[in-house]
Amino acid sequence: MDPILFERYPYWIAILLMMIGFYTLISRGNLIKQVVGLNIFQTSVFILYIGLGNVEGGAAPILRAGTDVYSNPLPHVLILTSIVVGIATTALALGLVVRIREAYGSIEEDEIRAKDADG
Amino acid sequence: MTDLNSLALLVVIPLLSAPVCLLLPGERLPWLLATTVTWLVLVLALMLSAGIPEQGSLDYAMGGWAPPWGIEYRLDAFNGFVAILVATIGALVLPYAAASVAAEVAPSKLPGFYAAFLLLLAGLLGTTITGDIFNLFVFLEISSLSSYILVSLADRRRALVSAYQYLILGTIGATFILIGTGLAYAMTGTLNMADLAARLPAVAATSTVHTAFAFIAIGVSIKLALFPLHLWLPNAYTEAPSAVAAFLAGTATKVAFYVLTRFIFSVFGAVFVFKLTPFGWAFTTMALAAICLGSVAAIFQDNVKRLLAWSSIAQIGYTVLGLSMATVAGLTAGVLHLFNHALIKSALFLAAGCIFYRLKSVDLVSITGLGRQMPWTMSAFTLAGLSLIGLPPTAGFISKWYLLTAALERGWWPAAILILVTSLLAAVYIWRVVESAWLKPIAIGRAPVTEAPLSMLVPTWALVLANIYFGLDTSFTTGLAGRAAETLIGGSR
Repeated sequence: MDPILFERYPYWIAILLMMIGFYTLISRGNLIKQVVGLNIFQTSVFILYIGLGNVEGGAAPILRAGTDVYSNPLPHVLILTSIVVGIATTALALGLVVRIREAYGSIEEDEIRAKDADG
Repeated sequence: MTDLNSLALLVVIPLLSAPVCLLLPGERLPWLLATTVTWLVLVLALMLSAGIPEQGSLDYAMGGWAPPWGIEYRLDAFNGFVAILVATIGALVLPYAAASVAAEVAPSKLPGFYAAFLLLLAGLLGTTITGDIFNLFVFLEISSLSSYILVSLADRRRALVSAYQYLILGTIGATFILIGTGLAYAMTGTLNMADLAARLPAVAATSTVHTAFAFIAIGVSIKLALFPLHLWLPNAYTEAPSAVAAFLAGTATKVAFYVLTRFIFSVFGAVFVFKLTPFGWAFTTMALAAICLGSVAAIFQDNVKRLLAWSSIAQIGYTVLGLSMATVAGLTAGVLHLFNHALIKSALFLAAGCIFYRLKSVDLVSITGLGRQMPWTMSAFTLAGLSLIGLPPTAGFISKWYLLTAALERGWWPAAILILVTSLLAAVYIWRVVESAWLKPIAIGRAPVTEAPLSMLVPTWALVLANIYFGLDTSFTTGLAGRAAETLIGGSR
C-alpha cells in the first residue's frame, strides 16, 4: 500500500478535523457553534504538530536507561503554549457571546443583524 | 552602549504592569500607571535604537539560552523604527484616553481597559523585536486578544459583535500562521529567523515550504487587513472606543505589515517570494485591489470613523504595493508610508474621537457646521486629511512621492497612474467631511457644543504638527526607512 495513505494517518486526521472545524465555523449562524468550530480547527493544528514530532520507533521523551530513540519533544512544548493561547481565545469568545446574549437576547447571527438594522 | 537587558524590559515592563493595573483602585491610578509605563517604554525604545550599530543588530538571548535553541530578541534598523512608532503612538494616545475613554467605557471597566492596553503594547512590541517565529505567534496573539477586549469595551452593543467578528477572523489568521510555522519547522528543524533564512533555501523547492509560506502569508494578511481579508476592520475601527481606534490604526496593522515584510525578506527571502514562486504577483494584485476598493468604498460612507477605516484599507494597499516591488526604492516607500500613515490615521481618528466626545456621533449629517463650534478639532482633521490626500508640505506627500518614483523606476506605469487617481479619490472622501463641517450651516436643533478638552486636543495637534514637520524635514524618516530597506534587501541576497 502507498505509505502516504496509512503510515501518515495523523496528517489525514489533522486535515479532516481542520476541514470539519472550518466548515462549522463558516456554515453556522449560531455563535456557540462557531466557537466550537473554531476550537476543532485549532485542535487539528495541535495534532499536526504532535504528528510532526513523532520519530519512528521513538519513545516518549523522558530520559530513561535502555532507550536511545526519543520523539522530538519540542513540538509538544510548542503545542502546550498554543493550547494556552487557544484556551484564552475560547474563554474570551464565550465571554463575548454571553455579553452579546445579554445585549441582544439572541446568539443567532441573523437575528442579531436584524436587531442592529432596527437600531 | 546601552545595556542589552533593556531589550527584554521593553516587553517585560508593560507585561508585568498590566496585572498591577487591574488591581489598582479608582479610575485615575490605572491610567496614570499605563501612561507612565508607556512613556518609559518610549524612552527605552529611543535609547536602544540609538545604540543599533550601522550594519547589524542588537541581539539578546532570552534567559541566557544561546540561539537558535533559545529565544532571541533582535533589534535592527527596521524593527527599531517600528518599535519607536508603536511606543510614540501609545505615548500620545494615553494622555488623550483619560477624558475620551471615561466618556465611552463604563467606569467599572477602566482598570481592565488600561490593563488590556498595556498587554496590547507588550504584545505589539514583542512581535516587533522577537527573532523567533513561534515567539512571534505568541506575542501576536497577546496583542490580538487584548485588542478584541479593547474593542468590546465600548459602551454600545454593536462593539460586542464587532469584537466577536474580529476575534473569529483574527484567530483563523493566527491559526494559519501557526500551521505555516509548523510546516517550516518540519522542513528545517528550527524556529529562529536567522537560522531559518540560512536553512530554507536548501529546501525551497519542496511543496511543504510553499504551503508553509502560503499559510503564513494569508494568516498575516488577515491580521494586516489586506484586501480581500479586510472584513473585520471597518466594524472593529468604527465601534471601538475612539482612543483604541486611533491606537490600533496607528500600530496593529503596522506591526502586521512589519511581520509580513520580516517573513518575506528575512525568513523566506526575496528570491523565494518574488523569483521562484508567483507569490510576489499575488501581493501586487491584492495591494492594487485594496487601493481601488478601499478608496471607492470610503467615498460612500456616512460615518466618519467608518470612512477612515475604509481609507485605512486603501493605505495598507499602498504599503504592500511598495513591498511587492521588491526594490530598495519600493521598500523604502512602503516603510516610509507605514510611518507616515500611522501619524496621519492616528491624528484623524483622534480628531474623530474629539467630535464623538462632544456630539456622541460621528455621522456626516450630524457634524454639519461643526467647524464654527469646534474650530481646533476640525482644523486638525482638515490638516491631517490633506496629509492623507498627499498634498505638500505634509508627510503624506513625501511617502506618496517616494511610492510614485519607485513605481516609475520599476516601470509600473499602471500602478503609478492608480496611485494618482486614488489620491484624487482620497481628496473626494476627505472633502465630504470638510464640506460638511465648514461649509454647511449648523444643524438645526443641535445643542451648541464647545471645543473638546485640552487633554484631547494637545495629542491630536501633536500628531498633526508631526505630519507637517515630517513633510518639511524628511531626513529622519527617509533616512531610517532607507536604512531599514537596505538592511532587509541586503539581508535577503
